[in-house]
Amino acid sequence: MQFGIFTIGDVTTDPTTGHTPSENERIKATVEIAMKAEEVGLDVFATGEHHNPPFIAPANPPILMAYLAAKTKNILLSTATTLITTNDPVRIAEDYAYAQHLAEGRLDLMMGRGNTGPVYPWFGRDIRDGISLAVENYALLHALWREEVVNFEGKHRTPLHGFTSTPRPLDGVAPFVWHGSIRSPEIAEQAAYYGDGFFHNNIFWPSSHTRRMVDLYRKRYEHYGHGKYDQAIVGLGGQVFMAKNSQDAVKQFRPYFDNAPVYGGGPSLEDFTRETPLTVGSPQQVIERVLGFRDYVGDYQRQLFLMDHAGLPLKTVLEQLDMLGEEVVPVLRKEFAALKPAHVPDAPTHASLVEAAGGPKQHEEPTAPQVDKWTGTRAEDDNKLG
Amino acid sequence: MARIVVISGGLGSPSSTRVLSDDVVARLRESLAMEGQDLNVTVAELRELAHPIVDAMLTGFPTGELAGVVDAVAQADALVVVSPTFSASMSGLFKSFFDILEPDTIKGKPVLMAATGGTERHSLMLEFAMRPLFSYLGALPVRTAIFAATSDFGGPGAGSLGRRVAAGADELARAIVGSTKQVEQDDFVDFATLLNR
Repeated sequence: MQFGIFTIGDVTTDPTTGHTPSENERIKATVEIAMKAEEVGLDVFATGEHHNPPFIAPANPPILMAYLAAKTKNILLSTATTLITTNDPVRIAEDYAYAQHLAEGRLDLMMGRGNTGPVYPWFGRDIRDGISLAVENYALLHALWREEVVNFEGKHRTPLHGFTSTPRPLDGVAPFVWHGSIRSPEIAEQAAYYGDGFFHNNIFWPSSHTRRMVDLYRKRYEHYGHGKYDQAIVGLGGQVFMAKNSQDAVKQFRPYFDNAPVYGGGPSLEDFTRETPLTVGSPQQVIERVLGFRDYVGDYQRQLFLMDHAGLPLKTVLEQLDMLGEEVVPVLRKEFAALKPAHVPDAPTHASLVEAAGGPKQHEEPTAPQVDKWTGTRAEDDNKLG
Repeated sequence: MARIVVISGGLGSPSSTRVLSDDVVARLRESLAMEGQDLNVTVAELRELAHPIVDAMLTGFPTGELAGVVDAVAQADALVVVSPTFSASMSGLFKSFFDILEPDTIKGKPVLMAATGGTERHSLMLEFAMRPLFSYLGALPVRTAIFAATSDFGGPGAGSLGRRVAAGADELARAIVGSTKQVEQDDFVDFATLLNR
């Protein structure tokens, strides 16, 4: 089982000090957090994608992922999420494949639609087309990574004729894809159809949403013949704040909770921890709560935690990561492994996908010199293809 | 067995809104008995759910007791909804309760609308403020909406209020008896269909 963290890169005033980090501070902190995640033995660091203040998550995650690929050795770099609705799938195919090469395959990604209405028109889109964009754009992305030459015609972008996305994926194997959704059955269906992973963020909402969506995904995964119900690839989010003893955790976290943009002014910390998977307490309480996730989703493959948000200072986040890596994850690894039946697979990695494909795709030297059939053509030219 | 939920938006205790809803339920029970139907009533006093309703607006999901009421509303065969009149409309809390319901929760359900107010001059509030809300939500408000002004409780209007309560409750009973039972709809769409849309 993989354990890691995910971030949305919010720039939030620390309610206990009144300090608001600069964008530069927060970007550098994100890098430090990712490196800390590797240092404490976590498996995954996932970054969000954002296009509006007060967030510094990259507009194009591969920029951060490529940098982190150079600064780290083992940790898998992922997204939470890549906007499949507002990005051109051609650019997703190109940028992530490039980053995949630089990261030597230590990369996968998670598709999300984005729930911020105003962002869509900035990219010429309409939030009401969200599902339709997610379905069509991913179908194209899926083809671009698997077919050398793609012809495409759809509703949401100009047609492609004889298009080859470059670079080709590392070893001829597309990065593994997760699809994230809180409660759109269409997205669980999409993940199941392709045999991709399904991720539920499992925070801010009652676990009943998580259970329903994962159940649907597993049923449909089996329906499409990718494996049995309990062999589908499931990831969950989670949100924790820890201290040696639970009273201190609650005391330290309360001002951040009470002022957080997501839930501030709403239910009490106590109500919210009861109704949603948020856990504020001792490492032992966190371990028990997270092991309990398995009761409503079954054996799953990836657990990501949201640790840096709501204005928590970098120092606190790093301490939290120490506790997560030293006291929580080793126990969870052992316990989950002991519970998992042998026929339940691990999350796919680049190495396992290459193996499943029968080894890396051999580079075929072209028999004729490579020619560029596109550059230099002008609108006035005939643009004859081939 | 007909299951109804009464949504009572009164703030006082005891509230005239609650008195009106009790009158309606009593008459409804009689009308349904004539049709050979028992009545199962759940009464939700919004005053007691005020904080969770605001929480639900901020977080997007109902919690605790409110979640139970929302479920009961979704399962109900019909609703009786009663609001006080505040500033020429239904109360904000009453509206907020219906704002937090998932789309289609009360679609196709018969609804009896009622309101209390300080003066009968507000009575058309039911028609210009509340009826459009329930039409929008896809519910089926019955023809008679019951307005009770202060003067209708024990004052000169008491007799006519009784007649309106009877008319409204009888209409709701007929709507319940005449309505076909809801079938759970599954709007799941398979991927081939999604892709070809």
